Amino acid sequence: MSPGVFTVYRWELRKLRAQRRTYLGLGAAVLVPIIFVVALVTQSGQPEDVAFGRYLHDTGLAVPLVLLLFGSVWMFPLITALVAGDIVAAEDRNDTLKGLLTRSVERQQVFAGKVLATFTYAVLAIALTGAVALVAGILASGFNSIVSLSGTRVSAGEGLGLVGLSLLFYLVPILAIASIGLFFSTVFRNSAAAIVGTLMFSLLVQLVGILPGLGSIHPYLLSTQFNAWQGFLRSPVDWGPVIRALWVCALYAAPALFAALLVFLRRDVAGD
Amino acid sequence: MPRVTPQATPIEVRGLVKRYGELVAVDQVDLTVEAGDVFGYLGPNGAGKTTSLRMMLGLIRPTAGEVRLFGRDPQLSVKALEGVAGFVEAPSFYPYLNGRENLRLFAALDGGGAAERIEESLGIVGLGERAKDRVGGYSHGMRQRLGIAAALLRKPRLLMLDEPATGLDPGGMRDMRDLIRELSASGMTVLLSSHLLAEVEELCNRVAIVRSGRIAYQGSLADLRDQAGEGYLLRTSDQERARAVAAAQPGIEEVEASPEGIRFGARDEEAVGALSLALAEAGAPILELSRRHATLEDLFFSLTEGEGAGPTTSPRSGADRTRTPVEAG
Repeated sequence: MSPGVFTVYRWELRKLRAQRRTYLGLGAAVLVPIIFVVALVTQSGQPEDVAFGRYLHDTGLAVPLVLLLFGSVWMFPLITALVAGDIVAAEDRNDTLKGLLTRSVERQQVFAGKVLATFTYAVLAIALTGAVALVAGILASGFNSIVSLSGTRVSAGEGLGLVGLSLLFYLVPILAIASIGLFFSTVFRNSAAAIVGTLMFSLLVQLVGILPGLGSIHPYLLSTQFNAWQGFLRSPVDWGPVIRALWVCALYAAPALFAALLVFLRRDVAGD
Repeated sequence: MPRVTPQATPIEVRGLVKRYGELVAVDQVDLTVEAGDVFGYLGPNGAGKTTSLRMMLGLIRPTAGEVRLFGRDPQLSVKALEGVAGFVEAPSFYPYLNGRENLRLFAALDGGGAAERIEESLGIVGLGERAKDRVGGYSHGMRQRLGIAAALLRKPRLLMLDEPATGLDPGGMRDMRDLIRELSASGMTVLLSSHLLAEVEELCNRVAIVRSGRIAYQGSLADLRDQAGEGYLLRTSDQERARAVAAAQPGIEEVEASPEGIRFGARDEEAVGALSLALAEAGAPILELSRRHATLEDLFFSLTEGEGAGPTTSPRSGADRTRTPVEAG
């Protein structure tokens, strides 16, 4: 069988498994919820001004949801950027692209394999955070029902499903961030610049979101889409922000990936 | 796309140009490497050799011109690299993976039976014992050998090597030459970019000498020496007088003083005999009069340095130059 995207993808995962930065990102994804819950247990207070913050001592289900809100500022963009910003640029750093592109896989297959590996890492990071936050939260506050954003009480079992759905949907803006990181990684050919660039982009969009007089563009900012999962925690489900997040994130991700692919296909591998 | 056939010429390059803004790195290069050749690609630093090699492997897009590897265009698809392997500049690997894993990665991307050749390739380059170590801890020479092993995974009919002996100790260089010789003997066509003139002289049957992005000479080493001709070296007890006598002697040309003695060219052997008599009559007894063949180094310098350098330039002028190592571009 001829090698293709899956072969590249498999080896990109192997390369990620062998690199420290992968564990730095995944380590943060695991440690942050633990630190958060430890802080929660050792203090009687709770963040009242954040959605679900007031329920942190009532149910462990609130922990991953509050973390999703806090994490959108810089934590998840940074964890995502650690790999997305590096996965192409690292080939330039190690000067390995020439070896990769003179084997029997086409450039577009190499790129697709890297995109899939980056997305896999991002999914794993969110899954780890969610799982650890849930377990730690349940250990600290119990597996109890939770009050939805509409004020209705949701059973623990149903709440667990909604938390899972929220985590899953949180991947939509995260994958858009990953796409932008891949773009910077391909264009800058420098890991540090691409990681910082991705983080700066994320922070800049959030900054635009808090500027007065720009309310009309808020629904279309990438930062706003990090809250779209809250639509699932209303009764009935508020599909408006959910559907908007899908196409708004696609508008950020698709051009970034397409531009990155074009650059990758056309670039000279000159070893400079 | 033309189908690759065993009869197709391994490398055909026509009118290859690469410009970076105002800089012309490769300028109208035409190159033909025939099956079975060990083809030396020589040139000083910055002459555009590596850029040419990168274009041949599809890594760099040419500004103009075309490359065909066994009849296929590497700019269109990596399928053109079927039966082709090698490396440009130093071979590079993932430092956090061990040698064997790096080869497994490349073999996976090669497909076919490449994975089954990993141990054999490691054995050929003598890295079997160190294959379990991370490449980050490899010496330069070990990386070079791993680069050859990675190339052999593809079971190539054409091997393109850029400075394979660079950074190797004398033993490593000898081993590398032996390996190239063995691969060539097995029927493999080799394109060898090297700054080591002795290596090219020892291994290659044909050469291209590149200067400022252009091919200054292409052909067999034997033809190059024939074109360059040969000269004579003369030492006498009175060099000044001998030089004057030689310059005035019919049939004697291009008389030049050098630290070794007086160098000159001659129309024929009779002219040299007549000169020896004239020197004796002029009171400048001959201490040494010998024929000097142009070395590849002489030819290289004459082709790559100075105004209007070309294959018809006498190697004698090159022979007077300081023998500094030639860096490859």
